[in-house]
Amino acid sequence: MSTNTSHAHIEPRTVSFRIWRGNRDGGSFATYAVEVTEGMVVLDCVHRIQATDAPDLACRWNCKAGKCGSCSAEINGKPRLMCMTRMDTLPQGETVTIEPMRSFPSIRDLVTDVSWNFRVKEKIKPFKPRKPDNADGSWTMMQVDVDRVQEFRKCIECFLCQDVCHVLRDHHKHDEFIGPRFLMYTAALEMHPLDTETRVGDLKNHDGIGYCNITKCCTKVCPEHIGITDNAIIPMKERVVDEFYDPMTRLFRMFKPAR
Amino acid sequence: MTRSPLSLPQVRGFLKTERTDRWWIEPLLVLAGFGAFIIYSTWAAFQGNNFFIGGVDQPGVQQLLSPFYSPVIWDPRGVHSGHAWLGELPLWWPAWMIFSPALLILPFPGGFRFTCYYYRGAYYKAFWGDPASCAVGEPAARGQNYRGEQKLPLIMQNIHRYFLYVAIIFIGLLAWDGYQSLWHYNASGVKEFGFSVGSIVLIANPVLLGMYTFGCHCWRHLVGGKHDCLSCSKSRQSAYKRVSWLNQRHMLFAWISLFGVGLTDVYVRLCASGVWTDWRIL
Repeated sequence: MSTNTSHAHIEPRTVSFRIWRGNRDGGSFATYAVEVTEGMVVLDCVHRIQATDAPDLACRWNCKAGKCGSCSAEINGKPRLMCMTRMDTLPQGETVTIEPMRSFPSIRDLVTDVSWNFRVKEKIKPFKPRKPDNADGSWTMMQVDVDRVQEFRKCIECFLCQDVCHVLRDHHKHDEFIGPRFLMYTAALEMHPLDTETRVGDLKNHDGIGYCNITKCCTKVCPEHIGITDNAIIPMKERVVDEFYDPMTRLFRMFKPAR
Repeated sequence: MTRSPLSLPQVRGFLKTERTDRWWIEPLLVLAGFGAFIIYSTWAAFQGNNFFIGGVDQPGVQQLLSPFYSPVIWDPRGVHSGHAWLGELPLWWPAWMIFSPALLILPFPGGFRFTCYYYRGAYYKAFWGDPASCAVGEPAARGQNYRGEQKLPLIMQNIHRYFLYVAIIFIGLLAWDGYQSLWHYNASGVKEFGFSVGSIVLIANPVLLGMYTFGCHCWRHLVGGKHDCLSCSKSRQSAYKRVSWLNQRHMLFAWISLFGVGLTDVYVRLCASGVWTDWRIL
């Protein structure tokens, strides 16, 4: 699901859009034609449709700079940010299809109810730092130790990774699986050099990390290019193996002095 | 986590998607690549012959041993490869039980690849359509019954690190075979140094396998990833950095080493069956 980043010069042209219109009770695709000029992104086209043909077309957006994570949708079947999808990267001469994310309940048109994610986040054990290292109440950390965590902090919570994850999208395991976004959030806490909390048991027993079968779709759609699978989920899977499945590690731990 | 049911869009049917790109190419290539390797390696493993050249009986020929057959625990009856640890197949081996030296050892590297994180993701897609590609529909019957690696049988994938330990030993054994490929016997039965195309093949093979094996996600975890403090040990920090470099290229080395090991067997097999002659450079 790589994105074509070469930007061809395009003359003004009319592009046909199929946009899903409806709510949680159902809906259908409506077709619109938009005059597209150089530099336009998909979100611009949606705004133009709102301005000319469908003022009631619902669409969530905010920064238009790929940093707020609001305008997540599925463009030609791929989960993407509408504001970061340039029209000249889409196949020319073909109809562009825009749908809302499919892993969350529809509210209206392109807007989905992503509040499930916030409820999931509340259940994850929060950051619990060790006692301060210094008399002034501060800590000392080496950059190399927080590099891993800082990669995960780039997340803009667009929830495209949640959308593309087949465990949520196709199997609807929302009650048993927290999804790649929150496995990564847990990894950011768990790997933090100051954190003293343990969440490995939760990962196995409540968060459903075992449901991840490493399709790497979350990594492929991430607009921040975070190595979600390789750098967050698999390292957490390995910590679960340490804790629960590897008899040798468990044996060694018996002889290791407690922290 | 919420327990209230979510009103979600209807799940798409098997292979149904709004994607307009050629998403099916990648799983198809994986299916063809893995399929070809599995068929060839199974066939080659059951042959039980043409797995080596060189030795006292073949003066002037560099000693080459197929990686599918290394290490040789027992030679098949009537075969003297010069590589067998325990000599010829013992008499107590039941006559009805098929024997090939490869069948005794291939489950270990096979298990390492089968449980590899990269391969898991790839063959779940290509062979089981789970999903066939990102944002592409799955077989409807799976639905809520999906178990992933959370439950049996795929929870057994967590054994991967034990296969890794064996795979590391195999790298050493194959490196020894690479060293052995630098030697041949002369007409007087004395070992002499030499170098052939086969030597290059047998030395390149463990190098490629090492690039794959030491980029393993488990290895990355064991050398440093499991610690929150990488800076606490310079050697840990250095090892983690190097393994991470390989890990970023894990898919690349997985494929190169897979074809490398297969082609090494093809080369030795062609030489051993007389179709091809190993060209001595030195």
